[in-house]
Amino acid sequence: MFGVGGGTCSYEEIETTDVILLWGSNAREAHPIFFHHLMKGVRNGARLYAVDPRHTTSAMWADVWLGLEVGSDIALANAVAREIITAGLHHEEFIRHATVGFEAYAESVEPWTLQRGAEITGLPPEVIRRMAHDYATADQAQICWTLGITEHHNATDNVLALINLALLTGHVGRYGSGLVPIRGQNNVQGGGDMGALPNRLPGFQEIEDPVSRGKFEAVWGRPVPNQAGKHLSLMLEAMELGEITGLYVIGENPAQSEARSDHARHLLRGLEFMVVQDLFMTRTAELADVVLPAAAGWAETDGTVTSSERRVQRVRKALDPPGEARDDLHIISALAERMGRGWGYPTAEEVWDELRSLSPNHAGMSYRRLAEAGGLQWPCPGEDHPGTLFLHGDLWDDPLPRDPAPFFPTPWAPPVDELSEEYPIRLTTGRRLDSYNTGVQSGGYSSPLRTAVAIEVAPADRAALGVAEGDLVRVVSRRGSVEAPVLVDRSLRPGLAFMAVHDPDVVDVNLLTIDAWDPKSGTAEFKATAVRIEPLADGAERRSGVRSVADYPV
Amino acid sequence: MAEVTLVVDGTTVTMPDGSTILDACRALDNNQPTLCYLDNLTPVNVCRVCVVEVEGNRTLVPSCSRPVEEGMEVATDSDRVRHSRKMVYEFLASSVDLDLVDEETVAWMDHYGCDPDRYGPPADPAHDRDRRKAGHHQIGPGTEAETVHQPVKVDNELYVRDYSRCILCYKCVEACGEDAQNTFAIAVAGRGFDARISTEFDTGLTDSACVFCGNCIGVCPTGALMFRSEHELRLAGMWEEDDQTVTRTVCSYCGVGCNLDLHVQDNRIVKVTSPMDHSVTSGHLCIKGRFGYEYVQEVGDLAVTPIDDILRRARIDDRGRYPRPDSRA
Amino acid sequence: MSAEPTTAERSAVDAFLGPPTPSEDGEPAHSGDRRVAFGGYRRSMESRHMLLPALHAVNDAVGWVSAGALNYICERLQVPPAEAYGVAGFYALLSLEERPARVAHVCDDVACRTMGGAELLEGLEGRPDVHPSPCLGQCDQAPAVFFQRAGEEDTVEVGATYDRVVEVLEGGSVREVPPIAPQAGDPSLRLLKRIGLVDPTSLAGYRDTGGYQPLARAVAMGPEQVIAEVKMSDLRGRGGAAFPMGIKWEAVARSPDMPHYLICNADESEPGTFKDRVIMEDDPFAVIESMTIAGLAVGAERGYLYIRAEYPLAQSRLQNAIDLARAAGLLGEDVAGSGCSFEIEIRRGGGAYICGEETALMNSIEGKRGEPRNKPPFPTQVGLFGRPTVINNVETLINVLDIVLEGGAAFAEIGTGASTGPKLFCLAGAVARPGVYEVEFGRTLGELIDLAGGVTGSGRIGAVMLGGAAGLFVGEDHLDMPLTFEDARARNATLGSGVVLVFDDRTDFRDTSRRIAQFFRDESCGQCVPCRVGTVRQEELLARHLGGEPLDRDLFEEVARVMVDASICGLGHTASTAIRSVIDLGLLERSRG
Repeated sequence: MFGVGGGTCSYEEIETTDVILLWGSNAREAHPIFFHHLMKGVRNGARLYAVDPRHTTSAMWADVWLGLEVGSDIALANAVAREIITAGLHHEEFIRHATVGFEAYAESVEPWTLQRGAEITGLPPEVIRRMAHDYATADQAQICWTLGITEHHNATDNVLALINLALLTGHVGRYGSGLVPIRGQNNVQGGGDMGALPNRLPGFQEIEDPVSRGKFEAVWGRPVPNQAGKHLSLMLEAMELGEITGLYVIGENPAQSEARSDHARHLLRGLEFMVVQDLFMTRTAELADVVLPAAAGWAETDGTVTSSERRVQRVRKALDPPGEARDDLHIISALAERMGRGWGYPTAEEVWDELRSLSPNHAGMSYRRLAEAGGLQWPCPGEDHPGTLFLHGDLWDDPLPRDPAPFFPTPWAPPVDELSEEYPIRLTTGRRLDSYNTGVQSGGYSSPLRTAVAIEVAPADRAALGVAEGDLVRVVSRRGSVEAPVLVDRSLRPGLAFMAVHDPDVVDVNLLTIDAWDPKSGTAEFKATAVRIEPLADGAERRSGVRSVADYPV
Repeated sequence: MAEVTLVVDGTTVTMPDGSTILDACRALDNNQPTLCYLDNLTPVNVCRVCVVEVEGNRTLVPSCSRPVEEGMEVATDSDRVRHSRKMVYEFLASSVDLDLVDEETVAWMDHYGCDPDRYGPPADPAHDRDRRKAGHHQIGPGTEAETVHQPVKVDNELYVRDYSRCILCYKCVEACGEDAQNTFAIAVAGRGFDARISTEFDTGLTDSACVFCGNCIGVCPTGALMFRSEHELRLAGMWEEDDQTVTRTVCSYCGVGCNLDLHVQDNRIVKVTSPMDHSVTSGHLCIKGRFGYEYVQEVGDLAVTPIDDILRRARIDDRGRYPRPDSRA
Repeated sequence: MSAEPTTAERSAVDAFLGPPTPSEDGEPAHSGDRRVAFGGYRRSMESRHMLLPALHAVNDAVGWVSAGALNYICERLQVPPAEAYGVAGFYALLSLEERPARVAHVCDDVACRTMGGAELLEGLEGRPDVHPSPCLGQCDQAPAVFFQRAGEEDTVEVGATYDRVVEVLEGGSVREVPPIAPQAGDPSLRLLKRIGLVDPTSLAGYRDTGGYQPLARAVAMGPEQVIAEVKMSDLRGRGGAAFPMGIKWEAVARSPDMPHYLICNADESEPGTFKDRVIMEDDPFAVIESMTIAGLAVGAERGYLYIRAEYPLAQSRLQNAIDLARAAGLLGEDVAGSGCSFEIEIRRGGGAYICGEETALMNSIEGKRGEPRNKPPFPTQVGLFGRPTVINNVETLINVLDIVLEGGAAFAEIGTGASTGPKLFCLAGAVARPGVYEVEFGRTLGELIDLAGGVTGSGRIGAVMLGGAAGLFVGEDHLDMPLTFEDARARNATLGSGVVLVFDDRTDFRDTSRRIAQFFRDESCGQCVPCRVGTVRQEELLARHLGGEPLDRDLFEEVARVMVDASICGLGHTASTAIRSVIDLGLLERSRG
């Protein structure tokens, strides 16, 4: 946001903040240690608002749980904004000093009365009002979010709608106040920071900026492409058009993780050549022409990863990798060598030091300092710089030393996959505490908590189906269908269903999901699928032992 | 912040207001024993091994939680202090299996001249401790010293509870509860000498609220709570702590960035801890961080390392049950 | 663990908490189309204090607390089941196992066991519905039996016999007995003046005998003046610690931290003590009026009266008094025209001696295990629910009535210079007329025993237990000791809770000391190591000696010393004093014969 992609706060700040909006995040299960910090805040008196269609184990701790309609986040944010403005609770001084575009924004949210917000979100207007007032009048307040915000066709607008709220109230750039996206993977922050984005060079520098590019070209001795590449959704589109015919996949399992996964597999199969570099023989690897066995980055190699609070930390080799598995860095270097462009076999530290010479944000982070400090938070421009606790403090400096932060009007649009008589149930997907993504890693250990992936429904919906818990049913979307056992989950209201994504070999949830994706981020709308649930004639005979969600530990 | 000046063992020290006597001792490099105290938990001051003598106080006071006061005079090595510490250690050593406490504790016990044997030979392990009722107990001729010895609780693949080693320091309850995890799967049950750490109705962990974060293991000072892998290796006589390496890295799952210390023996991760002094975790992890490492070393049917056969024992047997520890050699 | 409540269990909880409503804040979404929930963490904190009463509700109605019942309570109150289990199991009178609908708790403590309790229990041994019990506070009418009856009120049989116990267990009723009031009619009585003479269930009767004049006076005086008078009276706590009451009151009244709380400690569980019971049963309005004066004086709007579960009659009479007082405008909003609001809630213990310790009592009210807190901070700073709290014993509190009426200076004239006011003593054991006696401070031990009709049994004193099990035994040489705080201190004795339990010289003190060691082991909360293990080692040491080995006196002293020096609370501090005094008096050797 505002030019750099990173959470503005440190974890410690949530322990003393006054109001927390936990929005589209079941942090207690998906980010348990962040939730420890959050609970310290709650115990220190912070008021917690949990915005989530499900009354999750996180939401159970909230002072107020707002169980909005799936995909109505912008409607809620806009209604909150209008209420704040109407009640005169917006931070006029901050807006004047540090932002642009307020007038247009205010106009854009003007139609979002509490009543309209209530209609779209399904929430009582007085609850929206309460959250608006509590957030706006708090001394310190944070908005924390995860995939509930970003796995939508309008992900970027969802995020911008939340950023607007922070700008409106001045809840950014101060200790304890800020915008906190919690990252889903251990190095999704670091990957982006290191240039694993189609439009960025390492250090989050614009690829289309000739000055940035020039620095890299000087060091690398090669021209750097002058325009943004493709993100994954665009790559799949290009494969469909025959524009991409070869693929090098490192540590990703698109054959199972993509929305409309059968279509994704079809495209992968149609490639002329695919190399997969992975720890496992994944479903994607099975489709590859060449498989390069890789070492596990966090336990079998040296390097760094970056966390959600922009903390760069060392990973270290503790184990020898099995068989012929090699460090990713070694594999890439060897490939370069075979391609006749070899650069030798640098160590992880040597690569890092080159990065430090090119990325001002990382310049001060030597391996020695990273070890001594237990990680450093960027920006850390020099060896004597302690790293940065929170971002955008300069928005409060006078005179403003930077471009003002822009408001972006965010029009609401409903989920693409509309509910209908034929597909009346809103299916949303997500994580369970003990499992992770497609399960290739978390499937390796025996979790006493694990239960079969099931279609989780409200008690009333189970009754309406006339099936017993554990009975096998068919879940049908406009794109495909899967069989899964039924599980009752009291955190769901009628009409809302949930499936975990962790066991695609048994229940391939992504046969159902829609590949409508956000044009800016490329993220598909995993969170909103229209389905119907059909009892199976032999569903009761083919029961499976599911663990009741009623007994699932909170 | 206001400051407070006090005297510890004759040495004057100035501390920030709100510090504890233990903080003052540490500032003076005046090492004090602790058992139930941990920097990342709220002091419960129940073990009483850190007691010190404060001028004007009728009884000794716990240094871990007593705030310093202006002009306070503290003695950490008086006769009364030495006696109480010796007795607390003796009481614990005579009733609890302390084989696995840290070296520092062993050194303190030697320092104070503990002789737990003088209370008589230890009584046999009891099988009814989880069913004992408050306000009632059986007493024999008093010739044996009552203990908390009892069978090990093995009810899942990730960790075991050996309450014969439990000194009831409350740390696991705090870590499971409000100091970190907020799960509250365990609490202190019963009363008096029969007080114990328990789930509701002593139900197995898999039937309780436990989310297997293992934060209780992380804070346990006596080895009462232990990785299943460590338990099995110890049973087999193959736990070789001196041969293990400990490597700090970052968890491979979500994006919070939890630091892990991987304890490795024979190229196998046998235990995972997290540094107490790191701001991200304060020593606490979730189930994935603590136990989710198996995918880098899945132990197949064929033993690759000398310890694979042992590690495999933690797995569910064919009948969906966990092998009992006493059923194997 | 998963377990569903039975219909009876569910109704018992709902009868107490009210039926669950679909819109109940914070409840899970269930099957309704719910989109909002309120409360979360804070709601679960706020409802936690209902845990013990809710457990009682099930235990009372069904006779025990099953896993299903516990789960239902936890769901309603948002309390984790493991915590609720830990709380339930802390209390001896809550059963976590199914048991007979009627259960007898037969007192075999130091007083009752010499008065037929031991034999009674022996006769009943083996019955699943009979349990031995620590002191039931009925020492003047030993032996006593406390009955829990599923679906009916708890009740007490005094002067119990084998046949009576069996009859009640099989469905019969207990005998009602008139109060024992050996001094009834004595015009000099202040604290006991209504006992045995005035109907304890009648507000009119109370008022006719001067009741509620002190409250009117206190309202007229205003809080500051009341506290000034209390300070001037130099009234010291009668619960055992003898702390000046006025200092506590002033500290809380002046604290800016709100709200303030008042607690009346009626958890009278010190073996040999029954004075507070007599007051509560036979002059309950005096307790309520005293609490009201105290509440107004310290700026509390809520007072808790924490009473031990073994006092069902006292509890019902107090509740009646509260109800009548509220109806008469003497409680509730605008108490007696003061413009101040004050409410009293009775909280029942669960069979745990330690809950008489003030901070353990607060934890118990808060729905936690009754484990004492480390002090400082003291309750006047951080008390109930973390707020400034005055906690006073029943007897201490009712002195305030005369202090307000007569003035602190006049009150300070009563007794001796350092021990002011009247004092209640619990005379029991080998005396002709056991009961609660009121005297001015300064009477000697011998005079008091004479007042109770002298020594029975052999007619010769073996020893006198002063101050309860937490007190100590003294011999005949102490008969000349004036029973004042200062004299007791000077002679290394204690008044404790006012117990004067007389044993003749044929008493088996080996048995008595063994019972005391058992008592402390049973009643230790188990929190701190010195007391948790020390009470066990002490009992083992004694058992070895009683089994024939020479007493390892050095080890006994070492164990005693760590309990005194390093325990968290008074239970550990006093757990060896009585036994040591028995040893020092040579009573073990003498009893060997």
